[in-house]
Amino acid sequence: MAGPLPIADPAPADGLLPASATTDAASRVFGVYLHVPFCRVRCGYCDFNTYTSGELRGARQEDFAHQAAAEVRFARDVLEASGAPDGPASTVFFGGGTPTLLPAADLVRMLGAVRDAFGIAGGAEVTTEANPDSVDADDLRRLADGGFTRVSFGMQSAVPHVLAALDRTHDPMRIPLVVGWAREAGLDVSLDLIYGTPGESLADWRTSLGAVLAERPDHVSAYALIVEDGTKLARRIRRGELAAVDDDLAADMYELADEMLVEAGYEWYEVSNWATDAAHRSRHNLGYWRGDDWWGVGPGAHSHVGGVRWWNAKHPAAYAERLAAGVSPAVGRESLDHATRETERVLLATRIREGVEVSSLHAGGRHAVAGLIADGLVDARTALAGRLTLTRRGRLLADAVVRRLLETVFE
Amino acid sequence: MSPRAAAPLVPAATDPALIRNFCIIAHIDHGKSTLADRMLQITGVVAERDMRAQYLDRMDIERERGITIKSQAVRMPWALRQAEGPEQPYALNMIDTPGHVDFSYEVSRSLAACEGAILLVDAAQGIEAQTLANLYLALENDLEIIPVLNKIDLPAAEPEKYARELADLIGGSPDDVLRVSGKTGMGVEDLLDRVVERIPAPTGNADAPARAMIFDSVYDSYRGVVTYVRMVDGQLNPRERIQMMSTKATHEILEIGVSSPEPTPTKGLGVGEVGYLITGVKDVRQSKVGDTVTSAAKPAAEPLAGYTEPLPMVFSGLYPIDGSDYPELREALDKLKLSDAALVYEPETSVALGFGFRCGFLGLLHLEIVTERLRREFDLDIIATAPSVVYEVTTEDKKSVTVTNPSEFPTGGKIAEVREPIVKAAILAPKDYVGTIMELCQSRRGTLLGMEYLGEDRVEIRYNMPLGEIVFDFFDNLKSKTAGYASLDYEPAGDQAADLVKVDILLQGEQVDAFSAIVHRDKAYAYGVLMTGRLRELIPRQQFEVPIQAAIGARIIARESIRAIRKDVLAKCYGGDITRKRKLLEKQKEGKKRMKMVGRVEVPQEAFIAALSGETEKKDAKK
Repeated sequence: MAGPLPIADPAPADGLLPASATTDAASRVFGVYLHVPFCRVRCGYCDFNTYTSGELRGARQEDFAHQAAAEVRFARDVLEASGAPDGPASTVFFGGGTPTLLPAADLVRMLGAVRDAFGIAGGAEVTTEANPDSVDADDLRRLADGGFTRVSFGMQSAVPHVLAALDRTHDPMRIPLVVGWAREAGLDVSLDLIYGTPGESLADWRTSLGAVLAERPDHVSAYALIVEDGTKLARRIRRGELAAVDDDLAADMYELADEMLVEAGYEWYEVSNWATDAAHRSRHNLGYWRGDDWWGVGPGAHSHVGGVRWWNAKHPAAYAERLAAGVSPAVGRESLDHATRETERVLLATRIREGVEVSSLHAGGRHAVAGLIADGLVDARTALAGRLTLTRRGRLLADAVVRRLLETVFE
Repeated sequence: MSPRAAAPLVPAATDPALIRNFCIIAHIDHGKSTLADRMLQITGVVAERDMRAQYLDRMDIERERGITIKSQAVRMPWALRQAEGPEQPYALNMIDTPGHVDFSYEVSRSLAACEGAILLVDAAQGIEAQTLANLYLALENDLEIIPVLNKIDLPAAEPEKYARELADLIGGSPDDVLRVSGKTGMGVEDLLDRVVERIPAPTGNADAPARAMIFDSVYDSYRGVVTYVRMVDGQLNPRERIQMMSTKATHEILEIGVSSPEPTPTKGLGVGEVGYLITGVKDVRQSKVGDTVTSAAKPAAEPLAGYTEPLPMVFSGLYPIDGSDYPELREALDKLKLSDAALVYEPETSVALGFGFRCGFLGLLHLEIVTERLRREFDLDIIATAPSVVYEVTTEDKKSVTVTNPSEFPTGGKIAEVREPIVKAAILAPKDYVGTIMELCQSRRGTLLGMEYLGEDRVEIRYNMPLGEIVFDFFDNLKSKTAGYASLDYEPAGDQAADLVKVDILLQGEQVDAFSAIVHRDKAYAYGVLMTGRLRELIPRQQFEVPIQAAIGARIIARESIRAIRKDVLAKCYGGDITRKRKLLEKQKEGKKRMKMVGRVEVPQEAFIAALSGETEKKDAKK
């Protein structure tokens, strides 16, 4: 959700979708994303669509569950009216912001709205992100009781000076506690890490990875820090207060993470994601990379149905106004043509372990495969079996691989 | 207008005894154009309301940079008080000369059209090297010199000091040095009087076959070529057929006239007069500076002396930054050529820069003016390769090769001798900088010829130096080491044998032609280190390690390498990131069109440009 919204066509007020977007919808997995745009403090590196209480311009956190539920009902009406099957949802994901800044009851109420509107498939994956210091044992139990199956903790690091550089406020000692509570509540656990923070050494990173592995989560995400324009972090680096991020060190850190995680029995399934087994991969996120359909609820949330992408008004106040007026909260949308969808398909599928089917590629892309094998970027064995899967080195250079695969698509 | 601005004498019917032809010799910013403006105003040829600053400088570039590139001639009336009787009107022809050494041939032809020269010197700065060079030329042409100090209204003016300096230089007393202000007009009337009194009238044979010397030739998009001439013998008339004596080509005079300062048709031009001809030709090459115009019906037997073909001294490759602009660049050069007889070019291809042109120039300023005009008048983004001079290479099998481009330098170690052009350089600077300047010249393989004090605190230092050393940022270095005080002039002084080698720059083993340079063997290593270092900073990391080498033939003399990029992946790519990521990919795709491939190495055009121009900015750490 980073950065300004893309420039695109205006979105229609009624939100209706073209027939082309809904014809094959039954064959695709349907997910719902709910964006909770609130944080207690804004972290220096974050450019997500989130607001502290002082920035809300009259929008109220306590009204949010109600507004989100309104958009869920709007979504159902639009999909029905557009001829798409309205559910059930196979995955639901609460992201932010900090969803757990809202009372557990609000999150459960929002999930209830999804259930009422679309139904929730049996064995569905229902995740919320959480800050280690914004939940306790009771909250986690209430969430589990309310239908949540998985919690993803924003741990980021186990090293105090790294957490401080990121403006993270939680005590690293809290991680074992919250993971334990989540386990007791019966929730699957994912831990999120950030590496490449200014001042973070390879030894610091090894410490954080060790701390993660000590908790044996089902799932681990590890993201290289992105210094986004306009963030406090970018300003501090520009002013020389913090060291610039060194890409070579970040590459060393990625390699260390992959080594330690694989050693401990985890498997990568996306460039920045590892899981203990196929069952614990994030099915919701896989939907993004596989080109499935999802409805993104909440300010600034993005949606995708059958090659149509749209995104909501970013500010919670503007978002609320539109919903109150019975108008689609979407402010921009794009209908992808065939070539663009193909670009996105290759761009996204290359990132995941199941990869791209060689035979599905444009001739130019197929032609690039031998060179990618020679350069050690894609796995030779799986390529010969017909699928492109990135090697460790290839994952670090995934964007370059995508450019080479797509080199001739635009020409 | 002065009350003494006279009624003009009629051209073609003016007694040569009443004509005065003169030019103004001055350094770039010593106020020549401003003084000329005042003269136009005082003599009444330009009305007050039509006056604009630097009236005679037509090109924007000239007006902006305060320099005159193309000369022009203006006819002005001026009446002199007689001891008895009425005032006597005269016709003054002011011939504007280019001020820069690159155009020394044009300067010499302008001087040859005059009988006298105003030596104009800034009263706050004193004489500069180029002015000195042009003064020598004027004295060689036997011109009467009128020394003048300008800008005496400036608080920093030191007229006493510089009057002594001028008197020392040309003889006479400091009291003979006139003091004027082009800005306020102070002293300008006295100057006009002095011109009439001191400068001899032209002489020539009115009954001989017509002979007129071309001292300038200007392309006008509406009228074709306007040829400026100084009549020596005979007369030229409207509708007459004329012949160019160097080519024997004949044309009909469609219009003949004088500039005052707007072109004014006349019934002809007679002995000693200065004016213009229009024949309808479209290319200045058909009307060459220095050539003699005669009557086709009754041609002269001998042309006037002093004509030579312009000879390019400095060569550089000009390339469009956007390769698709190549046809526009060709068209632009074709158009520039119409107004610039000295510009030569031919197509050239470069691995690094694509399709472009190898161009020959009279000197560095000429190069700069042409590239600036291409940018400004034709809206072209272009890059110029490092300027090179002309080398004569003799191979062991006695073949001689003229090298204007390092890529033509014979390879394979069978070179018997390389000769390089040398110049006599004269540098004028305050005496405190002598040590610095000598150090610089010595480092550029200069040989000291002599040193002279000019006035109390300024020195003229003369060196023999390879032209190749001068074209490689010598002037910039000189200026920066002397706080801008030093001025430079140089003139060709033959050639010399030198131990020169070609240094190639290789990217992953592939030669990058735009960076090859012919340098002295002692400097090859320094050049290699400089260029490999620059490229290492400027070329983005690739998916593999890229060695950058400098080599003389097969021998590597310097080496750098660009480490392989290890990380090129967006860490997070979730629902809201996809559109942004795709747009980024499309942008990179567009960016790739501006990439040049050297073997497998992708090099942004900007990197080549920055390396050539020496702006070694840190490349973006992120791709």
